[in-house]
Amino acid sequence: MAAIFQGVGAAAALSSLPSNSFDSKNFLFSPRRSFSVRKAPSFVVVRSDGTMNLDLNPKGRRAQQFIANAVTTKEDSSAASSFSKPGNELLLFEALREGLEEEMERDPRVCVMGEDVGHYGGSYKVTKGLAKKFGDLRVLDTPIAENSFTGMGIGAAMTGLRPVVEGMNMGFLLLAFNQISNNCGMLHYTSGGQFTIPIVIRGPGGVGRQLGAEHSQRLESYFQSIPGIQMVACSTPYNAKGLMKAAIRSENPVILFEHVLLYNLKERIPDEDYICNLEEAEMVRPGEHVTILTYSRMRYHVMQAAKTLVNKGYDPEVIDIRSLKPFDLYTIGNSVKKTHRVLIVEECMRTGGIGASLTAAITENFHDYLDAPIICLSSQDVPTPYAGTLEEWTVVQPAQIVAAVEQLCQ
Amino acid sequence: MVLGRAFEDKCAKMYYDRKMLGFVHLYNGQEAVSTGFIRLLKQQDSIVCTYRDHVQALSKGLSARAVMSELLGKATGCCRGQGGSMHIFSRKHNMLGRFAFIGEGIPIATGAAFTSKYKREVLKEADCGHVSLTFFGDGTCNNGQFYECLNMAALWKLPIVFVVENNLWAIGMSHLRATSVPQIYKKGPAFGMPGVHVDGMDVLKVREVAKEAIGRARRGEGPTLVECETYRFRGHSLADPDKLRDPAEKAHYAARDPITALKKYLIENSLANEADLKAIDKR
Repeated sequence: MAAIFQGVGAAAALSSLPSNSFDSKNFLFSPRRSFSVRKAPSFVVVRSDGTMNLDLNPKGRRAQQFIANAVTTKEDSSAASSFSKPGNELLLFEALREGLEEEMERDPRVCVMGEDVGHYGGSYKVTKGLAKKFGDLRVLDTPIAENSFTGMGIGAAMTGLRPVVEGMNMGFLLLAFNQISNNCGMLHYTSGGQFTIPIVIRGPGGVGRQLGAEHSQRLESYFQSIPGIQMVACSTPYNAKGLMKAAIRSENPVILFEHVLLYNLKERIPDEDYICNLEEAEMVRPGEHVTILTYSRMRYHVMQAAKTLVNKGYDPEVIDIRSLKPFDLYTIGNSVKKTHRVLIVEECMRTGGIGASLTAAITENFHDYLDAPIICLSSQDVPTPYAGTLEEWTVVQPAQIVAAVEQLCQ
Repeated sequence: MVLGRAFEDKCAKMYYDRKMLGFVHLYNGQEAVSTGFIRLLKQQDSIVCTYRDHVQALSKGLSARAVMSELLGKATGCCRGQGGSMHIFSRKHNMLGRFAFIGEGIPIATGAAFTSKYKREVLKEADCGHVSLTFFGDGTCNNGQFYECLNMAALWKLPIVFVVENNLWAIGMSHLRATSVPQIYKKGPAFGMPGVHVDGMDVLKVREVAKEAIGRARRGEGPTLVECETYRFRGHSLADPDKLRDPAEKAHYAARDPITALKKYLIENSLANEADLKAIDKR
């Protein structure tokens, strides 16, 4: 697909703007609409860290946004300065819960369904306390029947509710593939646009700590071809809450990928109501020499490698793509045009992963701007082993990232 | 029922004339089930079917023109030509779809029933007691989603009626060769809901059972499983040579054609006369 996507054009709903009204219609992403709706060059870029700038050149911001270490503690000056209140510090799973709770308070049609989400509070505590607050019907404990309760969520979405379906582990959603592909993805189209499916499907995926092959899967690569769905991956408490809220408010089916190992990340997030644009990538560290595209947990391996790279004199630009479907080719493209070198670091398998699609998309659209072939570092095409040392080797490590950048920048 | 029969016959003609392509599954012979149930519903009640249900759509209120246009892939079709024969939807008439894969509509109907319960208990909306009906065949009754939904519907007492159109054949697979316990209605009590068997060729009997089941659901008493014994006069789809079915079996059921049966009943009981019935045919 050779469309260059202006991801930022649709959203300007951060709380630093005076009128905080959000119109969910702005986010209607219709697969049938052509992508030729593009605004003139004068626009506002709203960054996910809260700062706004009226042009695309982030040079001036670089020093301010440099992230010195791989942990998400942004300097207070960059994130909190745009907000009047001090914000509160919380863990990623708490941020998800806060987002979910706020949306449930805001709209009584928002409900949660999944295994152990109610009385148990969710196996990763994302829904802890919600059943007590909202009742057993709004936070529904389902039997172990993924295909059917996902289908039930879709039927509920068609008839007026806004369900959030939790897959206890994303891998379990393999059992719901029938419903996700045929109904969630395609029903809006096959019904000729009559029905929308405002459903959010979320859950933890990715390689954890010795969870074994079946609990360590990356479903984003399997779902990415399904027409009609939108996929996002969160990586920090800030974007976790923002993406959760945006996904719930969206009229489209959104799959929100969380990562098992990121739930305990801590960050200070604003008190105000905010959302993150579902189709926008996040600039983590601006740079000049090479564009590193990543998402979810690999963001932290990349930032760790970035430390080493900076010491060696490199200046990598790190972008957390966040939007897995569709790609924010606008932000990505601008970066490629600047650095001319691309490294993709992902946790998906080598074959058929998000990185593979991203490589194709960049090659198709920005081939002329590349000075070197795109390097894509992915997990090995093997089932994730149980043994820790073996598991480590199937996933991309910071040392490999450093080596790849050195190779790219020769 | 007559409209349905005429519609289906017209579909067949267009298919053989190559004006209609793809998979088309006709309903001839099963009209009693559709009419018996759907005519008792309000507009806000939802129905979900599998692919054999042009007639359900007509019963629910979609215009024949919209459905036929859809089958011909026209933009004026009810789904703008995007769905086709196996995907008829109508938001206005709450027809939540026909689905190509068997079984995948059942959770959708369960979801619609869940919304109805949610609206009543959480949103406290007045005048909801909307019922959801899901139609599917004997083949689907061996599929996981069927059982998963029977469980959830009974567990939460959802306002849904599961209607099995047992026409004894799943393409070329006889129901008896595929099912360990062929009496499908017996599976209801296993999940805690009543299971009823009815002669699906007799529209008045179907209506009796339907009234009871829909009433139960509306009152909040929970789901019902209704097995309608019926038969399709034509093959599985218009592409099916239909060689496996025994002609004697076909003849047996042809004698119980629901339309002729109702005609006979109306005349015998002086509810209508020949002239009235001819007028319906003309329309």
